Amino acid sequence: MIGIIDYGVGNLFSLKSSFEAIGEEVFVSGDKDELSKATGLILPGVGAFADAAQKLRDSGLDEFVRAEVSEGKPLMGICLGMQLLFEKSFEYGEHQGLGLLKGQVVPMLHSIPEELKIPHIGWNALHITNTDCPILKDINEGDCVYFVHSYYAQDCEDSLCATTEYGKELTAAVAKDNVYGCQFHPEKSGAVGMKILRAFSELCK
Amino acid sequence: MITKRIIPCLDVRNGRVVKGVNFEGLSDVSSPVELGKYYSDNGADELVFYDITASAEGRALFTDILREVASTIFIPLTVGGGINTLDDFDRVLKCGADKVSVNSGAIRNPELITQAAQKYGDQCVVISADVKRVDGVFRVFAKGGRENTGMEAISWIKSCVDRGAGEVVLNSIDTDGVKGGFDLEMLEAVSSVVNVPVIASGGAGCIDDFVKLFHTLPKVDAGLAASIFHFGEVEIPELKKVLRENNINVRL
Repeated sequence: MIGIIDYGVGNLFSLKSSFEAIGEEVFVSGDKDELSKATGLILPGVGAFADAAQKLRDSGLDEFVRAEVSEGKPLMGICLGMQLLFEKSFEYGEHQGLGLLKGQVVPMLHSIPEELKIPHIGWNALHITNTDCPILKDINEGDCVYFVHSYYAQDCEDSLCATTEYGKELTAAVAKDNVYGCQFHPEKSGAVGMKILRAFSELCK
Repeated sequence: MITKRIIPCLDVRNGRVVKGVNFEGLSDVSSPVELGKYYSDNGADELVFYDITASAEGRALFTDILREVASTIFIPLTVGGGINTLDDFDRVLKCGADKVSVNSGAIRNPELITQAAQKYGDQCVVISADVKRVDGVFRVFAKGGRENTGMEAISWIKSCVDRGAGEVVLNSIDTDGVKGGFDLEMLEAVSSVVNVPVIASGGAGCIDDFVKLFHTLPKVDAGLAASIFHFGEVEIPELKKVLRENNINVRL
């Protein structure tokens, strides 16, 4: 059973529905006791990094997530949830993340060509850099997924599994031990996204 | 590189898609859920649902339908029609919409854009503008294109983007329904002053109109249409195949 961590950031309706659509048992909760019963955790998130990181700390969910991960439970961060897995972010200042993955989150502004629009919104192709990544096992080179973001993770070579090209190669998916992350929204990426959610679900059995 | 998007638009009244749709294999051609799924399975990159209901009952029905669509179809959903307050944003976002499109509501109260962008993020707020040439000037029309607001359209759209609208849907009333192609002149005027995605709407009659759109105006991000998709005059897989053959990057 997969637990979607509810810490007051973003709308979890589509995410929950997408797991239900592939026949996975799923629940949404912000309660540590309930979440500890899950066999895998999803860290969602939209909005600002600092605000989300603060909410995780205030609720004690940051410690909880680190503890669950250290016991081997699979965790997948999605969009801002993926960014939170890293050590820090430079979105409006410098903010600490969960530190589960090496790397940092930086703005696209000034690091991609000026004529490209920010946020990076829309369907873009995946370039798979680690073919052993378990959550990408059914994904083909060039499959398109849906992105909405203005910041990206860098210096994360040891977890990098896929990139997408938007003025430069941007981190799209990461995996290290039992920690996984997608910058894009698998729950909005049609059949390709469903394959990723299914692959993650299998890791949680 | 990011792909150009093809977006079918569905008008919903009292929970049903209006303008009959003509597809084989659909048991209920006016069901937003069935139609949405058909398009999602057949290459649509995003769906737009416009609620054209006037009554409160119809509105509640629309919300139920939206929830059903969003629990069946896993591509981005944009919702418009009757969005006048932050509560309206909240109502449709909770049902699974990803973006909310404002039109007359923003004309009445431009502050709505600012507040919604602050609360939900720029990427969530779409300004939809109905624009028509009046004595050689682009003017914004309200109330489904019936009422000339007198506002100059390009500066209006730019002001909406400055307030935080993350995307622009430009409906040309002049080309709408004519099926003679998108309004390239109007689209050029808008896309040269904003740096957010611009979605072309109004005028598509055949596949070549989309090729011409993306070739002439590489800054335009998406093409939206309704009846040509609903009546099967243009089928999205075929459209995308031709776009790809013309070196336009699309998701296949």
